[in-house]
Amino acid sequence: MSRDGFGARARRNASFALGAALVTALILAAALSLVWTPYPPGAIDVPHKLLEPSLAHWLGTDSLGRDIVSQLLAGARVSILVGVIAVGVGLIFGVALGLVAASAKGLAEDAIMRLCDFTFAFPALLLAIMFTAVLGAGIVNAILAIGIFNVPVFAKVTRALGNGVLARDYAMAARAAGKGPVAIAFEHVLPNVAPALIVQATIQFAVAILAEAALSYLGLGAQPPQASWGRMLSDAQQLMFLAPRLAVFPGLAIALAVLGLNLLGDGLRDLLDPRLRARR
Amino acid sequence: MLLEVADLNIDLPTADGARRIVREASFKLDHGQTLGIVGESGSGKTMTALALMGLLPDGATTSGAIVFEGRDLTKLSEAQMQELRGDRIAMIFQEPMTALNPLLTIGRQIAEPLILHRGLSKAAAHDQAVKLLERVGLPDPARRARAYPHELSGGQRQRAMIAMALSCEPRLIIADEPTTALDVTVQAQILDLIADLGAQSDMALILVSHDLAVIAQNCARVLVMYGGMTMESGSTQDVLARPAHPYTKALLEARPQVGAPRGERLRAIAGAAPSADAMLKGCPFAGRCPLTIDACSLAPPVPVVLGDGHIARCIRIDAAERLV
Repeated sequence: MSRDGFGARARRNASFALGAALVTALILAAALSLVWTPYPPGAIDVPHKLLEPSLAHWLGTDSLGRDIVSQLLAGARVSILVGVIAVGVGLIFGVALGLVAASAKGLAEDAIMRLCDFTFAFPALLLAIMFTAVLGAGIVNAILAIGIFNVPVFAKVTRALGNGVLARDYAMAARAAGKGPVAIAFEHVLPNVAPALIVQATIQFAVAILAEAALSYLGLGAQPPQASWGRMLSDAQQLMFLAPRLAVFPGLAIALAVLGLNLLGDGLRDLLDPRLRARR
Repeated sequence: MLLEVADLNIDLPTADGARRIVREASFKLDHGQTLGIVGESGSGKTMTALALMGLLPDGATTSGAIVFEGRDLTKLSEAQMQELRGDRIAMIFQEPMTALNPLLTIGRQIAEPLILHRGLSKAAAHDQAVKLLERVGLPDPARRARAYPHELSGGQRQRAMIAMALSCEPRLIIADEPTTALDVTVQAQILDLIADLGAQSDMALILVSHDLAVIAQNCARVLVMYGGMTMESGSTQDVLARPAHPYTKALLEARPQVGAPRGERLRAIAGAAPSADAMLKGCPFAGRCPLTIDACSLAPPVPVVLGDGHIARCIRIDAAERLV
């Protein structure tokens, strides 16, 4: 059986390579915005409004004269922040609940899973809108709302796969060696469900970016002067026919980021699957 | 007496109420003794083994007593059982391919019980794991300890499993079909290894298998199970040389024999094992036994003592004597 290293297999996996490239570009854009943007992202410069792309403004300016490139770069930061925190919240609470459900079985499992079903009964975006309506609009509340929706997603994935691991012989062997359910959950279940969770995390990351864009578009997410791709879209809507490019660029940024994350998740799923790993 | 199982019944919950999958199992085992439990799939042999470990599936209930080192295991809390498992009683599983966690090194997995029960440091436990790997006959144990399960062959993995089971020098080892998943050539080596190591440390061994030959070579006493009931038990010599129960006889008939005429077909036992959902009132073998009379399916057969520790459960034992 010939086994290639992770790197060699990664290079052959087209969707992983493209996804990784797009995600790296997203991260670089966000990192770059911390130290440099062509103009301050929120700087209003009305005399130079609605400029066509030029050397001075690579992608032009919007209705208030703000530089599009600068806003896109700064918006990447918001998208990543939203993704990381929303997925982080979902992972921490969701995985914990999923592990408890899989290990405890019985009433606790039923209670946790019904709670997840209850959350799922609301469309994600509606839930986020409800949440921000109650707590007030703003990026922090938007992130929390998206994160809360992620909790049952990760709880369900963890429980379903965790139950599979617990049914394996090595989980039984660990019990026969005298290990308690907590030790088994952390030493046997968690490492074995981790690859699937990583894949799920990239997908939820993309969902979170979309959700933030949608919330900001509705005016419930990022508030001006904070740059956000969703807010840029919402601003561009009023000038849709006058300056369609204002909607095209942030739309393209969202599409590429989501595409990149989905491709990355898809590629990771293939690369981390041990059944595919053993293939020649 | 190290282990004394008395009138052990095991009930599993099903959609239509509890189902008794082991009925009135009774046996004793002293330090260093070996017992084989033989039976076909669904005979309750694995469930009996799991009951000793306290690892029955969720919802299973037991009655009767399992007295191990003076304590009734059926009355211990889960925490007390955890202390016992891997330390005083250890288990070797059937599938060495799946009984090791693919993400942890062999050494780490062998070291676990030592850290857990003996309070060894990670480094000390690892050193001990290397020694154990050497004891179970793995070449280059230091390197093997750092290997992952997929880097070892089936036989090597089973040796690693044995090292894991032996790590805390348990008083009782339960081996559930330890060689079924292995090549025939490796089977004998693994069985010898278990027997040798058991004898060296005066450990008692319960070997669960469907293979009479495996039991015959490795166990002093044998328990023949069918449909959850002990059909016959006694010293291996007695049971195999002078089988009293029609089921044991049929089982021995069904083995391939050296020197049998060419082209002769193996004798199969007519019919199929009783469907586990049917709650049987009488003898579980009644439906397939050539000697069945009406009384067989009315009440469970009582044990008949045939000689020194040789017991069979059959109401037609006299007729069975004439059975070829």
